[in-house]
Amino acid sequence: MRTVMYILTTIAVVGLAFWAYRENYATQQALSDADRLHANIRATHARLAVLRAEWAFQNRPDRLRDLADLNFDRLGLLPLHPGQFGQVDQVAYPQPPSELLPITDPVDVSTMNYDALTGADESEEDFE
Amino acid sequence: MIRTPLRPLARILDAREKGENPDAIERENKRIRHEQMRDKARMRAEGRLLVLGVCFLCAFTVIGGRMGLLAMSEPSEPRGHAPGAVISASRADITDRNGNLLATNFETHALYAQPRHLIDPEVAAKKLVKIFPDLKEERLIKDFTGKRKFLWIKKKISPEQMQAVHDIGDPGLLFAPRDMRLYPNGSLAAHVLGGASYGKEGVHAAEVIGVAGAEKYFDDYLRDPANGAKPLELSLDLTVQAASERVLYGGMKLMNAKGATSILMDVHTGEVISVASLPDFDPNNRPRPLTQGDASDSPLFNRSVQGVYELGSTFKIFAAAQAVELGLFNADTIIDTSGPMKVGGFRIGEFRNKNYGKLSVADIIVHSSNRGTGRMALEIGIERQQEFLKSLGFFEPTPFEIVEASGGKPLLPSRWTELSSVTISYGHGLSSTPMHLAAGYAAIANGGRVVKPTLLKQSGPQLGPRVMSEETAAQARMMLRKVVTDGTASFAEVPGYQIAGKTGTADKPKPTGGYYEDKVINTFASIFPIDNPKYVLIVTLDEPVETSGPKPRRTAGWTAVPVAAEMVRRIAPLLGLRPAVEPVNDAVLTLTSSN
Repeated sequence: MRTVMYILTTIAVVGLAFWAYRENYATQQALSDADRLHANIRATHARLAVLRAEWAFQNRPDRLRDLADLNFDRLGLLPLHPGQFGQVDQVAYPQPPSELLPITDPVDVSTMNYDALTGADESEEDFE
Repeated sequence: MIRTPLRPLARILDAREKGENPDAIERENKRIRHEQMRDKARMRAEGRLLVLGVCFLCAFTVIGGRMGLLAMSEPSEPRGHAPGAVISASRADITDRNGNLLATNFETHALYAQPRHLIDPEVAAKKLVKIFPDLKEERLIKDFTGKRKFLWIKKKISPEQMQAVHDIGDPGLLFAPRDMRLYPNGSLAAHVLGGASYGKEGVHAAEVIGVAGAEKYFDDYLRDPANGAKPLELSLDLTVQAASERVLYGGMKLMNAKGATSILMDVHTGEVISVASLPDFDPNNRPRPLTQGDASDSPLFNRSVQGVYELGSTFKIFAAAQAVELGLFNADTIIDTSGPMKVGGFRIGEFRNKNYGKLSVADIIVHSSNRGTGRMALEIGIERQQEFLKSLGFFEPTPFEIVEASGGKPLLPSRWTELSSVTISYGHGLSSTPMHLAAGYAAIANGGRVVKPTLLKQSGPQLGPRVMSEETAAQARMMLRKVVTDGTASFAEVPGYQIAGKTGTADKPKPTGGYYEDKVINTFASIFPIDNPKYVLIVTLDEPVETSGPKPRRTAGWTAVPVAAEMVRRIAPLLGLRPAVEPVNDAVLTLTSSN
C-alpha cells in the first residue's frame, strides 16, 4: 500500500514539474508576444502621428491658399463670399420623372392568383 | 514524568528519628522544584526569543535584499500588464475646435559624440561640417581630440541628415531619440500657441516643456501621461483664424501700421474664435526675446492681451449704457455738449475743437462727443463708475488662458478724481487690453451678462452675473448701430451683416510723458449681426496712417473700420452666418407712449 502511494506521489511530482515547466515557457512566449505587439503598436502610433502631422502640414491654410492661386485657371476657387449663400428654392433639383406614357392599348389583367403569387414570392425570399 | 514527592517518606522518617524538623525537607524539595520550573520557563522563553529573532532576521534580510536589488537594477516596465492603446507618453496634441491639429509631436533625433570612440576625429569633423554647414570645423576637431568624453553636436536633425551621418560610419557619432514639438500651420495663431523647448535632456529622452502661450499655461495638462491620447481642444477655428490673420495683415500694410491685433469672440460662451497679433513669428523657430528697447517691438509681443492701451472713444458706450441703466438718461435725453467745460482745472475739448451743441445721448455716441460723455460720467459719479467698470473686468488682467494674459494688467489712475472719471468715460486715463474691451462689448451684445474670454472650447453659454438689463443692452446696441449708419464708422456697412460698433482714436502716450502728435492707436469695437448678436470683433491698429487723401488721416473711421468691415465680409460666411436683410427697427416705436 505504502509503495503504491510512493509511486503515485512521485508520478504526481514529475507530472506537476512537467506542467510547471511548460507553463513557464508558455508564459514567457506570451510575454514576448505581448512585447512585440506593443512595439508594433508603438511603431504604428508613431507612424500615425507622423501621418497626421504630415496631413496637417500639407493642409495648412497658407499652402492651400497658394495652391488655389496657382490652379486658379483650372479650379477658379475664390474665398467664400456672402453672395454665395442662396435660398433653397434656388437649388436646381432634378425634374420630377415625367408622367408615364399614355396607355393606348389596354390589356385586361386578372388578379385572381395575386395572393398565391405574392405568397410564393415571400416564401422564395424567406428561402434566400 | 515522575514527580518527586515533596515529603519522601524515607527521609521524613529518617529525620524524625534524628529529631530534625521534617518541614525543612519539604522546603528544600520545594525550592529545588521551583528552581527546576524556573529554569524550564527560562529555557522556553529564550527559545521563543531565538525563533522570533531568526524570523525577524530573515524578514529584514529579504526586505533589505529586495531594496538593494531594486536600487541596483535598471527599472523596467511590468511586462505582464503593460498599458493598452495609450503607449506613447508624449506631450498631448493641441487642436482647434474642429479637431484640426495646431501642435503635435514629431519623432526626431539628436546627434552626440563620444570622442573616445571616434576612429578618425578629423575626417569625422570634416564630413560633419559638410552635412551641417553651420558647424565650425576647428571647433569640432578641438572638441573631438580634447579631453571631453561626451558632447552634443545637434539638438534636432532631419532623417536625411541622420542618414548622411550614418554614412560617415564612425562609431563615436551616436543618435539620441527626441520628441520634437511641431506646429504644422507655421505662424498661424503663433501667439496663442507660444512655443516649446527642451527641459532636462538625457541620452534616451528629453522633456518637452512649454515656454509661452497656451503651451506654458496648460503645461501640466499637456505633460500628464494620462492625457496623451486626449488633445487639448481650443476654441479657435483654424479657417477663421487664417482668414482674419490674412485680412489683418493686408489691413496693417495698407494702413501703414506698425502692428495690429484682432479678436473675434462668441458673445454667449466667451470663446475666442480667432485672435491675431501682428507682427507674428513661427513657433517652430521661436525668436529670442528682445533684451533692450521696447518690448512691444518684438514679434513675440502679443498685442491682444499684453498691449495695454488707452482705447479711446470705444469706452463711451460704457458710460452711456450705465447712465441708461441707472435711469439717469435714456437714448433720447438731450444733453448740452457745448463748451467750455472745465473739470478739476482741466479743459475738456472735442475732436478738432468741434462744438456739437445740444445732442441726444444716442447722438453723443454717434458723433463721439467727449463733453457729452463727460457730463454723463459726472452724473454717474466716481464710485458707481468704478463699480461698473470693475464688474466688466476692467480692473484685473483677463482670465484668458495663455501665460501672457496675466501680464496685461490694466493701468488705473492712482487717484480716481472727477477729472479721471470724465477722461475715462471717453477712454483716456484707463489703459486696458483689446481683450478687456472684447469682454466688455460681449456683455452689451449678449443682453447684459458678463462673459469671461476663454481659449477652451465650451459646451454651452457661459453667462456670468448680470451687469445691465436686457433693455439697456438693447438701447446701447441701437446707439452702436447708429454709429455705423449715421456716424463715424460708416465704412463698416457690410451688406447683409448689420454691424454695430464704436470707433476709438487715442493718441499714443510718450514714454517721457504727454502724448505724441502723430502717433495713434485706432480701435474699432463691433458687434454683429446686430438683430441677433453672436460675435464681437475688435480690431486695433498701432500707428496707422491712411494716405489716399491730400492729408494723412489717422482716425479709426478711416483705418480700423475698413479693415474690420473686410474682416466681417470674409469671416462671417465662414462662421455660417447667412447674410440677412436688416429687419425694420421697431424698438424705437415701442418706446413712445400713445397717451
